Amino acid sequence: MQVLSPKDYRYVLGALCMILHSLSAVSGTIQVGSGFPFASVRKALEVSIDGDTILVHSGTYKEGNIIIDKSISFVGVDWPVLDGQLKYEVLSIKADHVLVTGFVVRDSGHASLDDPGGIKIYDSRYVHIINNRLINNFFGIYLQYSQHCIVRDNIIRASGTEEQQIGNGIHCWKSDSLQIIANSISGHRDGIYFEFVHGSIIWRNISFDNIRYGLHFMFSDNDAYITNLFRGNGAGVAVMFTKNVKMFNNTFEDNWGDAAHGLLLKEISDSYIFNNRFIRNTSGIYMEGTNRIIVEKNSFKDNGWGMKIQASCMDNTIRDNNFMRNTFDISTNGSLVLNTFNDNYWDKYEGYDLDKDNVGDVPYRPLSLFSVLVEQNPPTMLLYRSFIVTLLDRSEKMIPTLTPDNFIDDRPLMHAIPL
Amino acid sequence: MFNKIQRFIVLDILKNRVVLAYTLLLAVLSWSVFSLEDDSNKGVLTLLNIVLLTTPLVSIIFTTIYLYNSAEFIELLLSQPIRRSKIWTGLFLGLFFSLALSFIIGAGIPILLFVPGHVALILLVMGVLITAVFVALGFLCGIMSRDKARGIGISILLWLFFALLFDGLVLFLLFQFSDYPIEKAMVGVAALNPIDLARIFIILQLDVSAMLGYTGAIFKDFFGTGVGTAIGFALLCLWVILPYLLSRRMFIRKDL
Repeated sequence: MQVLSPKDYRYVLGALCMILHSLSAVSGTIQVGSGFPFASVRKALEVSIDGDTILVHSGTYKEGNIIIDKSISFVGVDWPVLDGQLKYEVLSIKADHVLVTGFVVRDSGHASLDDPGGIKIYDSRYVHIINNRLINNFFGIYLQYSQHCIVRDNIIRASGTEEQQIGNGIHCWKSDSLQIIANSISGHRDGIYFEFVHGSIIWRNISFDNIRYGLHFMFSDNDAYITNLFRGNGAGVAVMFTKNVKMFNNTFEDNWGDAAHGLLLKEISDSYIFNNRFIRNTSGIYMEGTNRIIVEKNSFKDNGWGMKIQASCMDNTIRDNNFMRNTFDISTNGSLVLNTFNDNYWDKYEGYDLDKDNVGDVPYRPLSLFSVLVEQNPPTMLLYRSFIVTLLDRSEKMIPTLTPDNFIDDRPLMHAIPL
Repeated sequence: MFNKIQRFIVLDILKNRVVLAYTLLLAVLSWSVFSLEDDSNKGVLTLLNIVLLTTPLVSIIFTTIYLYNSAEFIELLLSQPIRRSKIWTGLFLGLFFSLALSFIIGAGIPILLFVPGHVALILLVMGVLITAVFVALGFLCGIMSRDKARGIGISILLWLFFALLFDGLVLFLLFQFSDYPIEKAMVGVAALNPIDLARIFIILQLDVSAMLGYTGAIFKDFFGTGVGTAIGFALLCLWVILPYLLSRRMFIRKDL
């Protein structure tokens, strides 16, 4: 084996030096703040190159629209405030591989023509927006034509009062492979808004007290939302014109009002709704034009209507759910029933179980006559809790005449499923 | 506060076994409702049925029967130098106080314990008002006919009408005129039945009111405001005063 000569060592050393030099250029750190080399974020951004880290120290920075167009890490130390003075879009990201973390972003401008956001991502990939606080912005975090971005651990607050005067908390448009994780959003128009977003996940977010929807899905196929909490939003959650959506383990609660639904499904197909909780909503799930979805192991409690299934729904399977303490478990507006109900627990079921297999021996008709009457003629609700309604419901249960007779759960469970 | 006749009647009725049973029934029903339902809101809805069915039934039938049974006592009083109107008022107040007391002791205590805030108050007030309305209607039944069986028959029929048939009629109207904007007219129709008035009053206090939709909104706009509430209460009071005055007029003019 040949040993390297001293001359060779010099070459190796030289090469090493070059590598080290270039490395130090990649990981350059620029400090911004009073008492640091840069007082202005904009100046620091001007001199930075791809791969730099900009550390912004605490203080309030009113620098209009800050544009990040290099692949840098933009890190706040002790919560520096980026203030848009209610005039500018605060932070615009126009480069791939950007990290933004540790900032308070507040008071973006309000305009309905160019939709300014607290943080807006334009046509970028691999952007990470992590652990920021967005306060009183028009849009909170806005992503357009972006891929593989992560929005995580952000707190997004606004205090909008009217739909047209405030934007969405997290707004995603024509993007894919996004991860929206563990954000808390309130006071916006829609908490999370997806339009033409594919292959993305929404996980462990809390969206509450938003003016319109907690989560709004449009034309966004192959997405999943898992373990989120949607509470007290003006109209609940809406999933529309979409296929292949997975909805697991979410909680929809306290969406109460004339036009509020826990979950509004419109023109959805081939989706899977599993292990969610619908509590105290005017209607737990409202379905319209919904095909081939499976609603399994959900719990519907204390709702006005557990599920409202319009006659335009087809081939849906509703099985292994608990329906408890709802005013109406199910209602529908037609006599055609193309959906199947099996193995659900209904607390209004009064049948018996002679062979003790935990399945009631008498089929259950979840559709009460009164709910059919109300659907045909809403003012009938005026007779809610009137004695005659109870009587009519009883007699209809014995001999169904007005309710569709194939609207039936053949295997009602005797005990609630532990969920 | 009470004059001698009222005091005598109140004491007499409070000793009555039917009234004791009524108090006990209300107590058992409401305590069991609230201990079985883990959600007090649903308990209120169940209790609503008690207030709207049992209370009117017991009030009207007991009043009618009591009037017939005390016919001799009334004749005795008439032989004394007491004005007829005073006797009738005494009877009415005596019956109303004792039945209202039964309601407050039987249902009122669990209501105040389990139901939060103003809903409890509304339930109580409505229960007492409904008692008053049906005592007054009972007086009307009692004076209308000398025959006891016929009088009791009329009182049962009246209860059946207000508790059941009227709502059937409303249902019929709603479907016959479903093509017309009849929501506002329905407010007027509801005023024709004290039980419906009370029911709507209580339901508007509960969360379920959001389910009433457009009609509910109109009712809320009307009965939810201060003026509307006042009108609602006034209507219910009218349901007490009118039948009572009518029965008193008949009593004064009647040849006993």
